[in-house]
Amino acid sequence: MKLLRQLAWVLFVLFLGELLRVFLGISIPGTVIGMILLFLLLLSGLLKLEQVADISNFLLDHLAFFFVPAGVGLMANFQVIKEAWVPILSIIGISTVLVMGVTGWTIQLMKKRKSS
Amino acid sequence: MDHSADEKEKIIMKDFLATPIFGVLLSIVCYEAGIIIQRRWRHPMLNPLLLAMVFVILILTVFDIPKETYDLGGSYILFLLGPATVVMAVPLYRQINLLKKDWLPILVGIFAGSATSVLSVIGLAKVFHVDLEIAVSMLPKSVTTAIGMEISKEVGGVVSLTVAVIVLTGILGAVIGPFILKVLGIKDEVAQGVAMGTAAHAVGTSKAMELGETQGAMSGLSIGIAGLATVLIIPLLIGLLG
Repeated sequence: MKLLRQLAWVLFVLFLGELLRVFLGISIPGTVIGMILLFLLLLSGLLKLEQVADISNFLLDHLAFFFVPAGVGLMANFQVIKEAWVPILSIIGISTVLVMGVTGWTIQLMKKRKSS
Repeated sequence: MDHSADEKEKIIMKDFLATPIFGVLLSIVCYEAGIIIQRRWRHPMLNPLLLAMVFVILILTVFDIPKETYDLGGSYILFLLGPATVVMAVPLYRQINLLKKDWLPILVGIFAGSATSVLSVIGLAKVFHVDLEIAVSMLPKSVTTAIGMEISKEVGGVVSLTVAVIVLTGILGAVIGPFILKVLGIKDEVAQGVAMGTAAHAVGTSKAMELGETQGAMSGLSIGIAGLATVLIIPLLIGLLG
């Protein structure tokens, strides 16, 4: 029963997120608005951590698994990827290294400067 | 006669598989197989998600099962990505003190990283002479699938290609991330987590969680913010592609 009630809270927040997206007419996905809402609910104490803790652990522990069907969607793009796999993979690889470097270094530098 | 018997068998098999059970079960079995293989050999390229994708695609192809049949169950799993995105607020809330302490470096880092992602795709697409349609589809490569699909629709990309590129980026980020962080000398736990989440969204976060709770939480919080940042940045930079 505990898990079911916790799931209901999460779905309720997600539902509110979708509702807000439609009413505000913004192009931020309802899931992200839901995430912000849940964060605010926890901060304000309107929702206690225990009310969503177990379902959160379950969902976050299996996060990578939930991407399997999206990954299988690759099948639909076999042709495009077959023809251009070298540039596509090169762009992904180089860009990923650059993003990690810029993000990590920026934060490390700013934190160091603040503490010194 | 042989031929028609063959056809008949095929139809029976497809009817038999045409329930959500097949897609869900196949996904779980393939993912568990991926976990077992990774535990056995411990090589970072043996990512359970990557292995599960390969196994599912191989099985569908070998047995000539249509992707629509698989998607009957696959869509139930995909549905859980919604609630999973929402509860990313929980690790963020648990780490509220770290966030309060370093909110400015975190925000600047995520915006710089997201801009780097978009700019590098634009620049590299020119270097490699990639078709405009592919380049546009790759713009949101570092954000979470839910946001990336919306961006792709908006800028005229091929949505399924965007999903493929996002998943590939996530897997690559998760696989090479810890190594890259080490080589680049990024030792700060907050910086490590934000770098993983900004570059490789939720798949990167699943790896960041293995590095530590701080890294996991920082990575998780970066997903939403990087998505927002990318939504804001792309309209400013997309003109450079033309």
